[in-house]
Amino acid sequence: MANIISDGTIEYVGILAKLELSEEEKERAKKDMSEMLYYIDKLNELDTSGIEPVSHIFTMNNVLREDVITNGDGSSQTLANAPEQAEGGIVVPKTILDESAKMRPGGGDGV
Amino acid sequence: MGKQYETVIGLEVHVELATKTKIFCGCSTAFGSAPNTHTCPVCAGMPGALPVLNKKVVEYAMAVGLALGCEITKNCKFDRKNYFYPDNPQNYQISQLYLPICKNGGIEIETDEGGKKFVGIHEIHMEEDAGKLVHDEWEGCSYVDFNRAGVPLIEIVSKPDMRSAEEVIAYLDKLRLIIQYLGASDCKLQEGSMRADVNLSVREKGRGEFGTRTEMKNLNSFKAIARAIENEKNRQIDLLESGGAVIQETRRWDDLKEYSFAMRSKEDAKDYRYFPDPDLVLLQITDSWIEEIKGQQPEFRTEKLARYQSEYGLPLYDAEILTGTKKLADLFEATSALSGSPKKVSNWLMGETMRLLKENGMDAEDIRFSPENLAALIELADKGVINSTVAKEVFGHVFAEDADPKRYVQEHGLRTVQDEGALHGVVEQVIKENAKSVQDYKDGKEKAIGFLVGQTMKAMKGKADPGAVKEMLKGMLAE
Repeated sequence: MANIISDGTIEYVGILAKLELSEEEKERAKKDMSEMLYYIDKLNELDTSGIEPVSHIFTMNNVLREDVITNGDGSSQTLANAPEQAEGGIVVPKTILDESAKMRPGGGDGV
Repeated sequence: MGKQYETVIGLEVHVELATKTKIFCGCSTAFGSAPNTHTCPVCAGMPGALPVLNKKVVEYAMAVGLALGCEITKNCKFDRKNYFYPDNPQNYQISQLYLPICKNGGIEIETDEGGKKFVGIHEIHMEEDAGKLVHDEWEGCSYVDFNRAGVPLIEIVSKPDMRSAEEVIAYLDKLRLIIQYLGASDCKLQEGSMRADVNLSVREKGRGEFGTRTEMKNLNSFKAIARAIENEKNRQIDLLESGGAVIQETRRWDDLKEYSFAMRSKEDAKDYRYFPDPDLVLLQITDSWIEEIKGQQPEFRTEKLARYQSEYGLPLYDAEILTGTKKLADLFEATSALSGSPKKVSNWLMGETMRLLKENGMDAEDIRFSPENLAALIELADKGVINSTVAKEVFGHVFAEDADPKRYVQEHGLRTVQDEGALHGVVEQVIKENAKSVQDYKDGKEKAIGFLVGQTMKAMKGKADPGAVKEMLKGMLAE
């Protein structure tokens, strides 16, 4: 049986995804996510013991590039999509470390 | 009270690799350019853009791993770490969770008590850096610059093997030197090309299990690291002593206020919803590739220390200073090869260079003069073209503006006068004008000759060889 998605889980996933959901949307998301888990449970019925895990289905490996600069100034292209720009940067609401950083799993300045 | 506590510390060290281009695209990694000029659809996180791994990143990561005694993961892949923040254009960071490129290594550090201690390295993984946010104090907004987004990093995760700030500094120092010698990074803490996060917990001495740990970020110098460790250790002990408990959280250090504050309280890998990056194929590292990288490993400090003493006959102390930074070691070796007088090169580096660095508040990394110019200066002094006082003066200009010594000496007329006739005339004049000193000398006051040498040097505007002047004076006064 699929795991049941609780209200708490929906609330928490909403925080991680930075989404504010209405009650109706929460119910819909709960249903969608439960169906996804049901699908995963279905896959879990297969016996995969002795099978090497793969991360994708391509058979190729080692697609690499040499360390050579091939790109020039891409700023106008990058900034073209910014709703607002100034000082050559994309303008975003002020991120204050002690407040906003709390909401960022990656945390603060480090990565 | 009266309980004895032990501090347990593990480090996560991020190092920016010295590649010309970013980890997944052909944008430049150059520092200090105008915002967003080094960006493209890949590092700006445009939908549909495909990352392609930079081979040099893999090679640097392997080189560091091998130097730190790690095993190389032959089947290695990248994972997405999902989080939302304006400096992260893709809304995920490409990193390695499940199969990091290096595992299970470690280095030996020297402890304060003069002993040695092994600090284990749990793993090293490759990942991309985030962009930079510039906060506008007046407008209440931030500007995003993606030039740093996609710059390659390795994260070196130690085991919780360190017990004091001193051990942490010794570990970082050694790590930095090894990476610098490999040329994999310049490892500048102030500029952020090396960043250390400190995981710290305390426990009662003799207890087996670890206490709850905190992670400290924003440590920009060795001094800040030492202060933050001391502060956090005391904060945790105070908490426990007053009956409280340490909360597992990430804290940010403010070095000016010497105080840290909690950034967020929950840290759980599942919050990042890691999954294998479907845009990047498996990375398979063959034995022959590992052997190739092993074959390129440079001579490290331990070997250099031994060789500087045996091959160049330098004292241990000098060898320690010269191998203490890659910059000095490179400069010493290159200049010695040019001039063929390693001892003299060592003297210039240990003496005048160190003095001027200290006087100007500079580090060895800030040295700008070339081996060619130092070698040329040594040659001028060796051949007696300039005397030692002039040589020091010229060196000041070599140090400050990498002046060409030959040209400088020529342009400023600093050559020692070799013309015996001209010198003879000046010495005669000095003898005539300083009858008292001449008499003192003749009466057996050997010291008086020093004054006469000084007077001659002054008359020659410093451009004579004091040894030759003394000899000439002695000869003429004996007549």
